[in-house]
Amino acid sequence: MYACLHGPGNLDLLLECARKFSPHVEEHPPDTVIFDVRGLETLYGPPENLAREIDRAVGVPANLALAPNPDAAAHAARGFRGITIIAPRREAEALASLPLNLLGGSPATAELLHLWGIRTFGDFAKLPPLGVAARLGEEGIELQYLARGEGSRQLRPLEDPLEFEASLELDYPVDNLEPLAFVLGRLLGEVCDKLRFRTLATNEITLRLALEKAPEHVTNLKLPVPMLDQRAFLRMLQLDLNGRPPVAPILQVYLRAEPVKPRRTQQGLFVPSSPEPEKLELTVSRLRHLVGTDRVGSPELRNTHRPDSFVMRIFAPPQATSKLAVEDVPAIPRLCLRRYRPPRAVQVLLINQQPVRLISPAVNGRIVMAKGPWRTSGEWWKEDAWNHDEWDIALESGELYRMCRDVDSGRWFIEGNYD
Amino acid sequence: MKAAVLQLRSIVEARFEIPLGIRKSLERERIPSGIEAIDTLTAGGVPRGGLTEISGAASSGRTALVVALLGQATRAGECCVWVDTAGAFDPQSASEMGVDLDRLLWINCGGNAEHALKSVDLLIQSGGFGLVVMDLADTPEREARRIPLASWFRLRHAAERTGAALVAVARNINAASCSELQLELQPLGPVWRGKLLAGLNTEAESRRQHRSRKAEFRVVR
Repeated sequence: MYACLHGPGNLDLLLECARKFSPHVEEHPPDTVIFDVRGLETLYGPPENLAREIDRAVGVPANLALAPNPDAAAHAARGFRGITIIAPRREAEALASLPLNLLGGSPATAELLHLWGIRTFGDFAKLPPLGVAARLGEEGIELQYLARGEGSRQLRPLEDPLEFEASLELDYPVDNLEPLAFVLGRLLGEVCDKLRFRTLATNEITLRLALEKAPEHVTNLKLPVPMLDQRAFLRMLQLDLNGRPPVAPILQVYLRAEPVKPRRTQQGLFVPSSPEPEKLELTVSRLRHLVGTDRVGSPELRNTHRPDSFVMRIFAPPQATSKLAVEDVPAIPRLCLRRYRPPRAVQVLLINQQPVRLISPAVNGRIVMAKGPWRTSGEWWKEDAWNHDEWDIALESGELYRMCRDVDSGRWFIEGNYD
Repeated sequence: MKAAVLQLRSIVEARFEIPLGIRKSLERERIPSGIEAIDTLTAGGVPRGGLTEISGAASSGRTALVVALLGQATRAGECCVWVDTAGAFDPQSASEMGVDLDRLLWINCGGNAEHALKSVDLLIQSGGFGLVVMDLADTPEREARRIPLASWFRLRHAAERTGAALVAVARNINAASCSELQLELQPLGPVWRGKLLAGLNTEAESRRQHRSRKAEFRVVR
């Protein structure tokens, strides 16, 4: 059975009422909703009882009809006042008295039927089908089926918007992160179930905490790969909240996940193993919590000649190729610089413009060899332009350093140690 | 004498219900450095599933050797980690040595050796990394020696379990018997050419073989 509610100007209330009885609801703006009530007889008994329950739940003036198919229910609700129940195989009889303008169809067909003197569903239903087909074509056949209450179409239910979110208003303000873990676990469970139901994963989770007398606390977890691991998400959120706790007691928790297609990879037999993304992300979160957010990642060199210029990116290694495809290339070892960040200020003793001694608390000694200066400068149009004279020096102890003099200020620095 | 040893052995076996014998060390797969002298000296590179210690004074080529290992490992598609105690890692130098920076996870511990130890522990336990470098090269000797032997054992066992090659770089040997391979580097002196620092000659000594062996190699600028 299908139920139809028709009440001008109350579509939202009608929808709300329909959703109480069925997840499959079809909307016909501005005033009609049709919903599937098959199977509800086990809960409410005969259709009369169900109709009474629906009528009680709707709360606003509306016509209600129950019929074996959606179209018959819709026509009955639009045409009859109050409650109408149409039994199976009695549709034509029940709808016969309805005026033809409720049937719909093109204006030309409606005008033609009017000229023929057809005024009701019953009149139209009595016409011979072959004659209707010959004169009105396919549309005429369809309309005659509807007039007889023999519609056979499926319901076109409203799709729920794809929002993967959950929220909870707390009974009392929570100022401790430990009990919050239970709330987060529950909300994450809800969101992950929704994603799993649709075979989706997420690469971004947003947590909003409404605080007592303080601005909202927002945490945004960005994941390098799509994941659907509730425990890992909970641990990551806990680590983030431990590192940056809310400033006031929490009143409400809202969680949202960005849906994306799940990751599907097939590893080759000869591909080197790499960290499991879920485990790696959790480990990286722990490391960020331990050493600081901007100190963990994969360095990416900037396209500039500025010394020590790089950005820290999220570590997301590309998929490895087969080991067989990689050739062992002999390496020529090159001197690597071990940088001091920031460069260490030093005093330098010069004789004939040549550095001969280095004086500083950290690095001290006689310079036995100094090669330079090599001028490096750039981005003069910016405030943080650089203009250095670089020297490679060897101390008496055998240590090799890169030393530079800032041309503008005349100050000396050690950039790093060659190793 | 032999009879006494056999008797003692049978008593111990009966007491602890385990057969006594000498366990042969496993032949491990190795990660080559690509430096011929080092690969010959170490019979193929640093062992996977084991701890290697590279020690030496500043400017002895320790970093160049480890970066060469990283270059080989990342080129082979392995994910690697550099746990940098002092924050001295230079991505530019590594890139010039052929390190695929996309496959390198860099942890800058800002001078905190304890954080470095915890980071290595977390990373090596999580598994999936081919080479894990623990850089203690700029850590004061006194602080490096404070790392307890139990921690080194724990790291070695984790490396064995996950198959990662764990390489510790420091001024001196710290892990003692925990390390499977110890390489001590000694600078032989820089090479100057005209107005340029052209490179550095270095001697490497392998300390954990049956007999100590040495090899020389040059690090170029």
